[in-house]
Amino acid sequence: MANRLQNLSRRRFLAAGLAGGAGLTLGLTLPAVAKMGEAGPGLAGRDAAASALSPNAFVRIGSDDRVTVVAKHLEMGQGSHTGLATLLADELDARWSQVEVVAAPADVERYNNLLWGPSQGTGGSTAIANAFEQMRRAGAAARAMLVAAAAARWQVAADTLTVRDGVVSDPASGRRASFGELAEAAAALPVPDDVTLKKPGQFRLIGHDVPRKDIAAKTDGSALFTQDVERPGMLVAVVAHPPRFGAKLRGFDDSAARRVPGVHGAVQIPSGVAVLAAHTWAALKGRDALSVDWDDSAAMQTGSAELFADYAQRLERSGAVARNDGDADTALAGSDAVLSTDYRFPFLAHAAMEPMNCVIERHADGSVELWYGAQIQTIDHAVVAEVLGVEPGQVRINTLFAGGSFGRRANPASDYVREAAEILKATAGNAPIKLVWSREDDTRAGWYRPAYMHRIEAVLGDDGMPRAWRNRIVGQSIVAGTAFEGALVKDGVDVTSVEGAANLPYAIPNLRVELHTTDLAVPIQWWRAVGSTHTAFATETFVDRLARAAGADPVDYRRRLLKDHPRHLGVLDLAVAQSRWGQPLAEGRARGVAVHESFNSFVAMVAEVTVNADNRFSVDRVDVAVDCGIAVNPDIVRAQMEGGLGFGLCAVLGSAITIDNGAAVEANFDTYRVLRAAQMPDVRVHIVLSAAAPTGVGEPATPVIGPAVANALSSLTGKVYAQLPIRAA
Amino acid sequence: MLTLTVNGVDHEVDAPPDMPLLWVLRDLIGLKGTKYGCGIAQCGACTVLLGGTAQRSCVLPVSAVVGQAITTIEGADSAPARAVRDAWQELAVPQCGYCQSGQILAATDLLTRNASPSDAEIADHMTGNICRCCTYARIKRAVRRAADNLA
Repeated sequence: MANRLQNLSRRRFLAAGLAGGAGLTLGLTLPAVAKMGEAGPGLAGRDAAASALSPNAFVRIGSDDRVTVVAKHLEMGQGSHTGLATLLADELDARWSQVEVVAAPADVERYNNLLWGPSQGTGGSTAIANAFEQMRRAGAAARAMLVAAAAARWQVAADTLTVRDGVVSDPASGRRASFGELAEAAAALPVPDDVTLKKPGQFRLIGHDVPRKDIAAKTDGSALFTQDVERPGMLVAVVAHPPRFGAKLRGFDDSAARRVPGVHGAVQIPSGVAVLAAHTWAALKGRDALSVDWDDSAAMQTGSAELFADYAQRLERSGAVARNDGDADTALAGSDAVLSTDYRFPFLAHAAMEPMNCVIERHADGSVELWYGAQIQTIDHAVVAEVLGVEPGQVRINTLFAGGSFGRRANPASDYVREAAEILKATAGNAPIKLVWSREDDTRAGWYRPAYMHRIEAVLGDDGMPRAWRNRIVGQSIVAGTAFEGALVKDGVDVTSVEGAANLPYAIPNLRVELHTTDLAVPIQWWRAVGSTHTAFATETFVDRLARAAGADPVDYRRRLLKDHPRHLGVLDLAVAQSRWGQPLAEGRARGVAVHESFNSFVAMVAEVTVNADNRFSVDRVDVAVDCGIAVNPDIVRAQMEGGLGFGLCAVLGSAITIDNGAAVEANFDTYRVLRAAQMPDVRVHIVLSAAAPTGVGEPATPVIGPAVANALSSLTGKVYAQLPIRAA
Repeated sequence: MLTLTVNGVDHEVDAPPDMPLLWVLRDLIGLKGTKYGCGIAQCGACTVLLGGTAQRSCVLPVSAVVGQAITTIEGADSAPARAVRDAWQELAVPQCGYCQSGQILAATDLLTRNASPSDAEIADHMTGNICRCCTYARIKRAVRRAADNLA
C-alpha cells in the first residue's frame, strides 16, 4: 500500500512549501484534489435553507436563532468540536446554548489544516493550535455583519452597539435584536475583510469550562458512529486477511460460506477475501466458513525475538546523525566510568474501542459517498478516487464521530478506506458496503507504533552533571514511503523517530543522537504522541539514573540542567509543588518525576507508586502540570491529561504486540492488555496560566507517565527499568 | 421467529438461535446504542441489562434470552440509570463515547444492587468495562456522584 501511495504521489501529488519540526508545521506532499462544490456539512448537517447568514465556511446563523459551527477536525474524543465552536462563539458573542456543531465535508480548499499545508486532517495535536485565529476571525466577521445590520435598522452608529449572549443591543435606546432576527438582513451586507479580535481578558467562553457539545448524545446511545450507519440495501463486509505480514492470496473456496444464511457471496480484493452479508453476524460466520489458501512465499518469517537481536547489534554501530553538539564520541571513549542502558520497546496497537470500519456507496450518477471517522480526508479522498477511477470531485466524505483513534484513523496509506473502496469496486458497486473489522482484524492488521531500541551512554563531570551523552535509536521509519516523507525525513533521519531525543532540553556540552532506520514487513504508523512514546521514557529514566549516580535529588538535578528552558521549569516546579515532593511516604511507596515537551506543550508529572510484597505494583496518584498556552477549555485539558496519561500507562503496565513467525500473537483484549478502571490512579491536573497561543493537549500527557512511574519504582527497588511493559517491580 | 422483549416492547425477529443478542439488537432490531468492542466478553461495550443485571450481549445467544426483560441504553430509565446518566453529564465523562453505553449500564447494575458502594467496590465493578480513552478517573467519580445523589 505504501508503494501504491508513492506511485500515486509521483503522478498526481504536488509539493507544499511549509517546513518545521515534527508534529508542528508539516510541509506535506499531498494530492491535488479538486475543489468541492459542497456548501454544507455531511450527514449531521441541517437544512441549509434554514440558515439565513452564512458569511464563511465555518458558521451559519439561522432565522431560528441557531448558530451552526462547521468543525473541520475529526471529533475522536479529544473535544475538537467543542473547542473549535468555543473559539468561534466567543468572538461572535453567541449564547453557548444556541450553538451546535456539525462536521465539515472533505474540502481541502476551505478546511485544510493550516499547519499541514494543502491537506485536511487531524493529528499532531494541532486542531486548536492551527484554528485558533481562523475560527475566531470567522466568528468576528459574522458578529460585525450582525452589528452592521442592527445599526442600519436602528439608524445608529455600529460602534455604539453591544453584543452579548446572541443579542445585539443599543444601550442608548434599549432596543434589542437576536441573531436570528438580524441574520437575513446581515446576509445582504458585505463580509468584512478585516476584523478586530478580542484580547484574552475579553474572552467569555475561551478559558472557561463550557460544557462539551457531544456529551448528551454520548450518554443516551444516540451518538452516530460508523458502526451505526445504515443505508438502503447495504451489505456488511468482513474480510479474511492473511495471518502473516506480506502473505498473498493464492485461492479460496467460498461454497461453505455461501451456505450460511444471510451471506450473499465473497469477492477477492488486494488485501484478502471479502464476505458480503445482510448483517454482521452472517458476515462473520461466513468468513469462518471460508477456505482460504495463503501464499506465504513472500511473507515475513521472523518475529520480535529476531528483530530485537538484530536491533541490539545495530546499537553497536554509528547511525545517521540527528544531533551533534561538541564531541560525545571522544568524551565517552576517554572515560572508564560510562553509564549505559539499552532500552527495548515493543510494537503497540492503537486498539480504539471502535474497530476500523467504513461505509461506502456509489450513487446512480456515478459519484461515491463515504461515512466514517475520517482523519486525513485529503489522502483518503485521493485514494478512493484512484481505486474507483472517478474524479476527486465525485467523492464525498461525511466525517462521523470516531470511537477513538489515537492516530490509527490517520492512516498514511488510507488502509481500511482503500479496502472499502476495493470491495465496492469488486462488487461492481451494486450495493452500499459497510466494511466491519472484528477486534482480531484490528489488532492483528499492523499499523503499529514501531518497536524500537535505544542505547544511552553518558559520562559525568566532576560536578556530577552530565559531560557527554550519546543516544542511539533503532527502529522503522513511520513516514518513509508516505506523503509525509518529504517534509519529515531530513538528511536520512525521520524526525518522528528521534523527536524528544534529538531536542533534549538538558544542558549537556557533548550530546550526540543517532538513528538506524530499519525496514520490515510490519506496517507501522503514528500512535498517540509518536516518537515521544519511546524517547521520553529512555531519556527521562536515564536522567534519573544520572541524578542517582551523582547523589542528587532528581528534581534539583533537572532544574540545574534546565536553566534556559523556563516552560520546562515552570511545569516541573508546579507538579513538584503540588505533589508533596520530599514529604515522607509509607513503606513500599515512592514518588517519581518526569518532564517532557511534545507538540509544543510542556508536561511534568509526579507519580506515587506502591510496590507490594509480591513485587506487584500500583500507580496510586499522579500530579500533572501542563503548559499548553491558553487553555481554551480547561476541563477538556484536564480530561486529555487524565486520558492521555492513562493511555500511556497501558504501555507501561501491559500492552505489547509480539510478532512470531511473521504474525501478531495478540489478537484481542484477553492478550493485548490495556488499562482498566481499578488500575487508574487518582489524577490531579494543574494548568499553568498563560496568555500564549494554545498548543496541543491530546498527546503530550501520554509519554510522561511511563518514566515518572519507572523512576518511582527505581527509587524503591534500585533496579533499572529498561523494557516496556513493566509487569513486576 | 423469536419474540424478544426489549425496553418493554416486543420484537419478532428472524434470527438463528446462536446469533448473539448484540447483533440481533443492532442489525435486526436497529438499536445501535449497544456497541461491538471485542466479541469475547472482555471489554463490556456490549453491556445490556437482563432482568436488571448487566450481561455481555456479544456472547449471549439470542435463544437464551427469549422471555426475559432486556434493557439497552436507549431504554434505561430506572432511578439508578437516570442518576448515573446525570452524573456522567455533570462530570463530562465521555470522550470518544463509544464504550459509554456499556459503562453507564454497568454502573446502573452496581447501583441497583448496592446503593452505597465503597470506592474499592466501584473500581472493582467498573474494571470489567474497557475505555480506551481511559476516562476511568471520571467514571469512578461519576459512579460515586450518582450513588450520593440517590442516597
